[in-house]
Amino acid sequence: MTPRPITDDDLHGYVDQQLAPNRTEEVRAYLADHPEVSARINGYVEQRERLRAALAPIAEEPLPSRLNLTRMIEAQRRPRGLPRWASAAAAAALVLLGGAGGWSLNSVSRPAAAGIASLAREAAESYAVFAPDRVRPVELRAADRVDLVDWLTQRLGRHVAAPDLSSAGYRFMGGRMVATAHGPAALFMYDDDHGTRLVMLARPMATERDSVMSPLAQDAVNGFAWAEHGMGYSLVGPPSAEILHPIADDARRQIAHDI
Amino acid sequence: MDDMARTLEPMIPALRRYARALVRDRSAADDLVQDCLERAIVHWGQRRVDGNPRAWVFAILQNLFKTRARRIARGGAHVPLEDADSGALAIAAPQEEQLLYKQTLNALAQLPEEQRAVLLLVTVEDLSYREAAEILDVPIGTVMSRLSRARERLSNVTSGEARPDGAYPQLRSVK
Repeated sequence: MTPRPITDDDLHGYVDQQLAPNRTEEVRAYLADHPEVSARINGYVEQRERLRAALAPIAEEPLPSRLNLTRMIEAQRRPRGLPRWASAAAAAALVLLGGAGGWSLNSVSRPAAAGIASLAREAAESYAVFAPDRVRPVELRAADRVDLVDWLTQRLGRHVAAPDLSSAGYRFMGGRMVATAHGPAALFMYDDDHGTRLVMLARPMATERDSVMSPLAQDAVNGFAWAEHGMGYSLVGPPSAEILHPIADDARRQIAHDI
Repeated sequence: MDDMARTLEPMIPALRRYARALVRDRSAADDLVQDCLERAIVHWGQRRVDGNPRAWVFAILQNLFKTRARRIARGGAHVPLEDADSGALAIAAPQEEQLLYKQTLNALAQLPEEQRAVLLLVTVEDLSYREAAEILDVPIGTVMSRLSRARERLSNVTSGEARPDGAYPQLRSVK
């Protein structure tokens, strides 16, 4: 029986030791009969060894302390543990608070325009604009999640997290940046098997930096808004408040854990 | 959670090696690894349970590198090979071998980035062709053709190492 012809992929597989044992034998037999190919392949084997040897010392270096995994996991678990990027934002927030002087928690003195209510309104407006879009509801799709989050984090100057709502049957579709009266905001969109879409809007909060989960109803959408550590979030969509509430709670838990 | 630490921790040396071979600068590479680990910790629950966690973590690193490479390309934080501090690629080996390794690494640095990534994932990090395809988000046929071109080019460059640097003017960074 004539063996299957040897392909270039087989030759590379031979170099990388990724072939099945019997195929390896067939390649070996082929190389024995073809000295020119054999010379090239032996060169690749040598090249592979040299590359591995040249880079091996890096993997043997003692790990720098900032890559201490145990400490990193602890930092992530600590709800108030701020990652590196947050220190600048925290400093900026302190300046802002200091500048506000007599600012108090009294709701009367709180400028309503910059509070949770306006965040919720912006979320509802974004929903009305982007959710009905069947062509390009999001600018970066779910596959580019890391890029999307990186980009939004950079533009907002605060860490932004897209919660995973799949346990409620909502898949992450992607997101975009939107303009609000209070600066750039991150928009994330989700949908379920029926095509029902949810929108989550997130942006830094100048006031009302921490706020409890508050319901809202505007036009055709229901929603909830909250703020934590100076970031405001609002989840809106057509489902009833009873359905949205646990989803918003779940999103809040995830974000708190993430930050 | 302990399962997470047990899986991630042994990968760190290889992640550092891969990152360093990509960006060459030690602290930039470790930045990349640190960000990668932070993400892996946060998104641990979202990985595919049936997949190879090593491929998953390398994919995170690869995506971060891609995003950062774009930024670095704009910002000009590129470290020319000659100026890279010697500690960035410190190698403990006899002098003769050191020279050979240095040549190999210099040749590696001259490969187009996409070919370099494939070559490293497959030959140094022992990932399968399929896993490399997943990490780089390209079809497996693309992995094979990049690998083939990378090997050919690397052996051409190393065999032409004796030529003056000027032999590869198109690969030098222009300030």
